[in-house]
Amino acid sequence: SPAGRCGGLEVHAQINTSTKLFSASPVGFSAPPNSLVSFFDASLPGTLPVLNKQCVEAAVKTGLALHCSINTKSFFDRNTTFIKNRYACSFQAGYQITQQRRPIAVDGMLTYSLLRGKKWNQVMRKCVHIKQIQLEQDSGKSLHDDVQSQTLIDLNRAGVGLMELVMEPDMCCGEEAAAAVRELQLILQALGTCQGNMSEGQLRVDANVSVHRPGEPLGVRTEVKNINSIRYLAKAIDFEIQRQIDVLQRGGTVFNETRAYDSKSGETIPMRDKEGLQDYRFMPEPNLPPLVVYVDEASLPAGIDASQAVLVEKIKEALPELPSLKRDRLVQTYGILPEHSYTLVNEDGLVEFFEAVLKATTKEPRKVIGWVTNELLGHLKQQDLSVSQSLVSPSALAELLELQEMGHISSSAAKQVFQEMTRSSGKTALHIIQEQDLGLVSDSDQLHNICQRVVDSHPNEVHAIRSGNKKVLNKLMGLVQKETKGRADPVLVRTILQEKTL
Amino acid sequence: MSALSRTASRTCCMSLKFIRPSSELRTNDGRSIRHVERFNGRSYSSTHVPQVPTWEPVPEDQLPPCTSIPPELVDKLERLALVDFRTKQGVACLEKAIQFADQLHVVDTCGTEPMDCVLEDRALYLRDDTVMDGNCAEQLLQLSQNTVEEYFVAPPGNIPLPKREERSAMLKHSEF
Repeated sequence: SPAGRCGGLEVHAQINTSTKLFSASPVGFSAPPNSLVSFFDASLPGTLPVLNKQCVEAAVKTGLALHCSINTKSFFDRNTTFIKNRYACSFQAGYQITQQRRPIAVDGMLTYSLLRGKKWNQVMRKCVHIKQIQLEQDSGKSLHDDVQSQTLIDLNRAGVGLMELVMEPDMCCGEEAAAAVRELQLILQALGTCQGNMSEGQLRVDANVSVHRPGEPLGVRTEVKNINSIRYLAKAIDFEIQRQIDVLQRGGTVFNETRAYDSKSGETIPMRDKEGLQDYRFMPEPNLPPLVVYVDEASLPAGIDASQAVLVEKIKEALPELPSLKRDRLVQTYGILPEHSYTLVNEDGLVEFFEAVLKATTKEPRKVIGWVTNELLGHLKQQDLSVSQSLVSPSALAELLELQEMGHISSSAAKQVFQEMTRSSGKTALHIIQEQDLGLVSDSDQLHNICQRVVDSHPNEVHAIRSGNKKVLNKLMGLVQKETKGRADPVLVRTILQEKTL
Repeated sequence: MSALSRTASRTCCMSLKFIRPSSELRTNDGRSIRHVERFNGRSYSSTHVPQVPTWEPVPEDQLPPCTSIPPELVDKLERLALVDFRTKQGVACLEKAIQFADQLHVVDTCGTEPMDCVLEDRALYLRDDTVMDGNCAEQLLQLSQNTVEEYFVAPPGNIPLPKREERSAMLKHSEF
C-alpha cells in the first residue's frame, strides 16, 4: 500500500509595513473599499513601481533567520500566467511582479519540533528545507455577485508586499506541516516581518500533497488551497493524504489538480475554476533594474548612497532572539521542562510575563512556571484574552506567590485568591485574603479541635492507619482542609493528625 | 504553444543591444548614425539607431516553418484568453501573427547577452516606508465605466465557450 507521503508548502506572508511593495499607499485591513489604492496600484498608464526598502529588509531578515543564502543580486519578473478563474481580475495590470529567475533568498532551513507522548513531554526535532523566499505583490480581492453575474473589485490589498516561502516536501503528515507553520509564524512574529494572523490572511498556506510507495518516486501531487488556520492545515493535509491513498488502492488515478479545503465538511474538493487550464508564463520585469543588497558598508561601491543600501551584515547583527534560542535559554536559565518552554514561547508576551514575575518573587522558577502555564494561561484561554489583556499583572501574581512562599496562605487558598484577582481588577492579594478570611489557619488549638472532630467521626480510617496504611492519612488531611476551606497549615495538620492516630 | 512562447521570450529580450551595426539597418536616406549614450559612467558607442523607422521584409525561406494551430490548441487559447477566434479566418490570422513574429528568429543574437531592462546598470531606487499616496478612491472610481458603491465592477469572468466537438464542426463549416 502507498505509505510514503509528502507535503510541500507554499506560504505567503504579508510583509508588515506601512506602505505597499511598489507604491506609497497604506497597507490596512478592513478599510473602505479602494481607499488604500494609488494610481500605480490601479495600474493607470504611465505609473511605475518604486520599491519599498522596508520590504527588502524584511525579506533579508526572514531569509537570515531561516538560514538562507541571500542573493546579493536578485531580479524581478512579471508573472503573466493566465488563469481562467474567478480571481483573474484581481491583478489589474494583467500581471503580478514577483521573483522567479533569482529570488532574494534561497536554500534555507526551518527547524521545528513535535511534542509527543502522553504528557506532550517528548520533543522531536525536525527540519524542513526552504527552497526560496521571493518578494511579490499581493492581489486585489474580488467579490462575486452570482445573481447579477458581476464581479466587484476592491484593490486595497493589491500590491501589498508578500514574501512567498517555498518549503520542500520534507513533511510527512498534517501534524508536521502544522508544527512547521506554527514555528514559522513565531519566527516571523519575533522578527516583526509579518504579523502572521492567518484569519486576516496575513499568512496564507497552500499545501502540495502526494503519496508514493517507499523507495519510489513522488506521486502526482494536488495543491490544496483555502486553508485559513493551522488546525485546518493539519486536517486538510491528512484528509488529502488519505483520499489519495484510497483512490490508488481502488486502482484509480490521482490527478494533478487544485483542491479547496472545506472546513465545514473537513474535506478537500476540486476547485472547478481552473479546469487544468493554467499556463505559467514569466518575463523579466522591464521597469525594475536588478535588486542589489550589500554585505556591509565596506562593500558599498562608490556613488551608492548609504541610506539607500540594504546591508546584510547590519541586519544579521540586529536579529532578535528567535523562538528556538529563547526556549533553550528558558530551559537552561530557569531549569523548567522543555514542554513548558514551548507553552511560554507559544503565547505572545507570556515569556516576558513569566520573567517579570520571577524578578519580583523569591519563589523558584520551577514552582512559578505552573502558576503561569496552568492558572494564568488557563484563565486567559477561558476568557479568550491575550497576555497583555490580563487583569492580573506580573507584580500582582508575584505578590500572591510571595505570600504563599512566606507561609501566609496555603496553595489551595492561593488558587482561590488568584481566581478572585482575575475577577476584580486592582484588588491586591493581601486585600482579598483579608476580605475573604483566606489566611492560613495556624492557630494550634483551633486546628487541634478540627482534627479531633475528623478523627472521631472516621473510626474506620483511623483503624486503617493504625494497621499500617499510612496513605489514608491523606484522606483525613483532605477532610480537615475541607473544614477550613483549604486554609489550614498543611504541615501543622499532618503533625497533629499523626499524633492523634498513633 | 511553443511558437508563442518563443516569440514571447524573444520579444521581451529585444533591446537596443540586438541591433548590431549591419547592412540591414540603415536610415531611409542611407546614412548610418553613430549614437553614444552615457549613463552610470559607462558609455555605449557604435550603436546604430535609425532616425526614422525602416522597413525591409524578410524572405519567407529564412523563416522557420509556418506554425499551424490545431483545434485543441485553439480551444485552450480561447479558454485561457477568453477570446473567441470563431472562424478559420480567425485562426489563419493568428497563424499569420505568429509568422510575423517569427521574423525575430532571423536577428543574429550570437554572443549578445539578453537585456531585461534599459536601466539594468543603474542602482534600483529604494523608497522609505512612509505613506504618501492612496486615499483617492473617488478619483479612481470616476475612471471606471461601471461601479457599485465603492467597488469597481468587472465583467463576469467566465464567458461560456462552445464545447470541443461543436468547435470542430464550426471550424469545418466556416468559410474563408
